[in-house]
Amino acid sequence: MSRSKALGAPSAPKVLGGKLPRIDGPLKVSGRATYTSDISLPGMLYAVPVRSTIASGRVVAIDDRVARKMLGVRAIYYRGNIRPFFRSGPAQGFSGLIDEKRPPFEDDVVRYYGQYVAVAVAQTMEQAKAAADAVRVQYAADAHNVERRLVAEKSLETDSERGDAEGAFKSAPVQIDQTYVTPTEVHNPIELHATVAAWEGDRVTLYETTQAVMNHREVLYQMLGVPKENVRVVSHFLGSGFGGKLWPWSHSILAAGVAREVGAPVKLVVTRQAMFETVGHRPRTQQRFRLGATRDGKLVSMQHEYLNETSILDAYKEDCGEATPFMYSVPNLRVASALARRNIGTPTAMRGPGAVPGLFAMESAMDELAIALNMDPIELRRRNEPLQDESTKLPFSSRHLVECMQVGAEKFGWARRDPRVGAMKRDGLTIGWGMATCSWGAMRSDAQATVEIQRDGTMSVTTATQDIGTGTYTVLALVASEATGIPLDKIDVGLGDTTLPPGPISGGSWATASVIPAVSAAARAAVRSLLTLSTSGKNAAFAGATPDDLHFANGRAARKSDPSSGVPLGDVLARANVRAAVGSGQSRTTFGGEESRKYSLHSFGAQFAEVTWQPETARLRVSRFVSVIDAGRMINPKPARNQIEGAVVMGIGMALFEEARYDKRYGAPINSNLADYIVSTNADAPAIDVTFLDYPDLVLNELGARGVGEIGLAGTAAAITAAVHHATGVRVRELPVRIEDLLRA
Amino acid sequence: MERFQYTRARTVSEAIGIAAHSSTAQQGAPVRYVAGGTTLVDLMKLGVERPTHLVDINKLGMNAIERTKEGGLRIGALVRNAALAHDPTVVRDYRALSEALLSGASAQLRNVATTSGNLLQRTRCMYFRNTAMACNKREPGSGCSAINGDNRTLAILGTSPHCIATNPSDMNVALVALDATIHVQGPKGTRTIPMQAFHLLPGDTPDRETVLEPGDLVTHITLPPPNARATSRYLKLRDRASYEFALASAAVVVEVAGGQFHYVRLAMGGVGTKPWRMSAVEERLTGAAVDDATIRDAAQLAVRDAKPQSENGFKVELAQRCLAHALRLATGLASI
Ligand SMILES: Cc1cc2nc3c(=O)[nH]c(=O)nc-3n(C[C@H](O)[C@H](O)[C@H](O)COP(=O)(O)OP(=O)(O)OC[C@H]3O[C@@H](n4cnc5c(N)ncnc54)[C@H](O)[C@@H]3O)c2cc1C
Ligand code: SF4
Repeated sequence: MSRSKALGAPSAPKVLGGKLPRIDGPLKVSGRATYTSDISLPGMLYAVPVRSTIASGRVVAIDDRVARKMLGVRAIYYRGNIRPFFRSGPAQGFSGLIDEKRPPFEDDVVRYYGQYVAVAVAQTMEQAKAAADAVRVQYAADAHNVERRLVAEKSLETDSERGDAEGAFKSAPVQIDQTYVTPTEVHNPIELHATVAAWEGDRVTLYETTQAVMNHREVLYQMLGVPKENVRVVSHFLGSGFGGKLWPWSHSILAAGVAREVGAPVKLVVTRQAMFETVGHRPRTQQRFRLGATRDGKLVSMQHEYLNETSILDAYKEDCGEATPFMYSVPNLRVASALARRNIGTPTAMRGPGAVPGLFAMESAMDELAIALNMDPIELRRRNEPLQDESTKLPFSSRHLVECMQVGAEKFGWARRDPRVGAMKRDGLTIGWGMATCSWGAMRSDAQATVEIQRDGTMSVTTATQDIGTGTYTVLALVASEATGIPLDKIDVGLGDTTLPPGPISGGSWATASVIPAVSAAARAAVRSLLTLSTSGKNAAFAGATPDDLHFANGRAARKSDPSSGVPLGDVLARANVRAAVGSGQSRTTFGGEESRKYSLHSFGAQFAEVTWQPETARLRVSRFVSVIDAGRMINPKPARNQIEGAVVMGIGMALFEEARYDKRYGAPINSNLADYIVSTNADAPAIDVTFLDYPDLVLNELGARGVGEIGLAGTAAAITAAVHHATGVRVRELPVRIEDLLRA
Repeated sequence: MERFQYTRARTVSEAIGIAAHSSTAQQGAPVRYVAGGTTLVDLMKLGVERPTHLVDINKLGMNAIERTKEGGLRIGALVRNAALAHDPTVVRDYRALSEALLSGASAQLRNVATTSGNLLQRTRCMYFRNTAMACNKREPGSGCSAINGDNRTLAILGTSPHCIATNPSDMNVALVALDATIHVQGPKGTRTIPMQAFHLLPGDTPDRETVLEPGDLVTHITLPPPNARATSRYLKLRDRASYEFALASAAVVVEVAGGQFHYVRLAMGGVGTKPWRMSAVEERLTGAAVDDATIRDAAQLAVRDAKPQSENGFKVELAQRCLAHALRLATGLASI
């Protein structure tokens, strides 16, 4: 189990709300943090899959005669010569989820380019790669479809509806009717997906790049056909996932399967190219957004009809209408959606799934409406601020969107804005300003944690959630420290292992909100058990007292009435002949829970972007960004700020650069590398000013903390394209904004 | 990756002796020199280059930057891109070269990439780099996937029905504008090749990219003495702010006298199948008044022969803006 020691962490007088650096920081910057692909086991072999070079058709024959005899090669596996895999059954809540449900080699049909059709196993990675390249696969190719323009496979289904949206739109004095497109985006975390599978008899340990060890086990035991308790999944550090590592992908099942066949540990690292094919992506969306309003800017109708691409077998829905029903006050509304099937790998959740592309459409349409009304975009939103969630008729647990806009406007200097296109100049460049709002759900899921206070004054905190680079190790140490008074440098946090108490997935921005109450309860329970031990038994330190008479501070149990009565905790445990004072805690999910029946739970924010534009060279850059986020109480603002800043940088990529393009003849993602699929570089990242409003959301949990992992990406692209329009007069409705678009200015 | 033999050459003649056995010095060469390796090893991992013998030339010296007798510059083949870009003489007298180098790749790559390797870097055409797809440059006769494919970044000048790939180097564009000379030593002795004649048009043999023959080793590059009254600049346009190849770039060397263009050397990158010298534009500009109208007119002339592909029509406009702005920068009509 990995223990992330609080290495030289400075002691803050009030730990919560302080700016604590990550306790795992020194391990990471010194290279001692062991990531999945760093794991090396004795006798380990390497697996390299053979990826199909057609996007649709059948595998007719596989010739591995050459490959099998190559240096170092142990085996070539494909359909028919390896024990088949099962499908896993339907998920229960957030357990048992997998997006690409077909196990590798289930049939001989190829449905997307890059689908695994065989796998080579050899002593070194290079040998396995050479062997994989030498496997000759004969295909019978069929026509494939990777068309960019999406057409609904069935009629649209209603996601949310109130009033008469169509009628109200038709009679509205001001109308906006536009279609917005977001491209296929690939998560591209720097850490490649990887699995190291090691069997001992019929038990397997999977070192896995996963954001959800518990879910991974739930799926894998079913697919491998072994008892659940025989599967252990470990993920100590993750080089990020952005959602792409939430649910298992074929390579993990394949690695476990071939390791079982060859009887040796196997490492499989997915290549960057394959990461565009087999481990999910944010699907392309095409969203028609219609707004009807009165001349004074009151919304009367909102219609959001959207399509997203999905794979042939899996009906992945990108929930673009996530925020549409509650964001603004509008009496008549309809959100409806449908899928478009493509010969592509199965899509999956990517940072802010649904809301991020959805808010690009909605907030772009709102900006276009503000221009049509000749109204300040902040004023337009203020006039449509709802008093409650109008889709559920529930009060918001905590909504400060108007204040987000006000604070943002002040920080940004919005009052100085000249709304005329191209009117603002600085240093010989045209500048453009744009803003958008954002939201992301505030949720909590089930979580359990255990805290043990040891005789030597140290404490361990364990739960099977993950630190995906967001600072979970640090936050949990802080929470446990606050609950017990035990200093950070005496706290070990253990995460990312299915042998630990079940913890939540690191997704949906709810890991922190879910696990904090469990850890805090576990820590209090451990203290309580310590105090109970000091009052009971024949050697009790405080015989005759009740636990309520005592408190625990500075590593000692003492009478509340007499602080000098303190007994070191080691003595308390020794007298009771107990190894450690143990407490466990849990928190319940909000999904279907009481809170979600009484409240509408969301975070909100406002994004302000400045771009510079040089028409002579068609050069556009984001030069300044202000983000004001209402996400409850900030437990550790430093990593929280990192999350927003990182999301804004990603949002710049979404607005200006990122797009996976499929070659229509080969059906392959063609720019499947980081030179041709471009993301923001440091040089593209401007100064980013992040403010948290810090209103505790006590409906969600006792600390009032909501998650911040995703919300920073929401609204960012819309704020940027609004700024682009302000600078250039070009309204880009299909992302990314390209030089081609700007040359029209 | 294929198995290959590796020799660390100790002398120039040893290196040439081994490479002379190669059947070709072009695509498919069984013997390759390796310098920084940032192009070659990358392509070997992709299976695009499959040499059976690598001759490491890193121990051959050839890494000095010296003044020539005539007052020009002699740049050893193994001078690293970073060293060349930051060399005080280059920064002062050949600014376009320094700017071109610094606009390319990343700091890490520039620290290891060499002058000769940069000169000989291969196209970034995505189909060339993907062995599952047809490409005349990689496999002559197999077809060109980029025509009617994803050709946004490819060429509009010098294309043929067989290949439309760009030469991606920034440095090469500056070298063309600066009238560089390539010095080669081969099995038959030494020879010099003007930079403009070094790279070939694709024609119907896109696998042949340069005039190099088996065994030819680039030993150094020379630049003529700088024109002390001229300003040289390099402007690179691309989607993001750094670490990306050019969509269009321009190297300009301009001397203005009496409000007129007196001396002009122009080359463009990102738009041609080789680093593209703009001789006709140079002629048009020489003697013309330095003003926006002249510059616009010159930019139009630069793309007169442009043949846009399905996805890169915007380059016709972008190239003009690029060349025009580079001229404005070099003549002081613009400052940023
Ligand atoms: C991610 C990435 C981004 C990049 N971005 C840019 C960019 O924006 N702009 C840009 O201009 N470049 C860019 N490059 C390319 C980079 O500049 C080249 O890879 C580099 O200059 C090649 O130099 P090298 O010494 O590593 O060449 P090598 O890989 O060692 O050699 C390249 C070729 O030249 C041959 N060769 C080398 N030396 C000699 C010699 N003396 N005689 C004969 N043949 C020789 C080799 O045999 C080989 O065929 C980028 C590269 C990468 C990987
Ligand atoms: S443009 Fe040239 S390099 Fe690209 S696919 Fe065509 S032939 Fe190959």
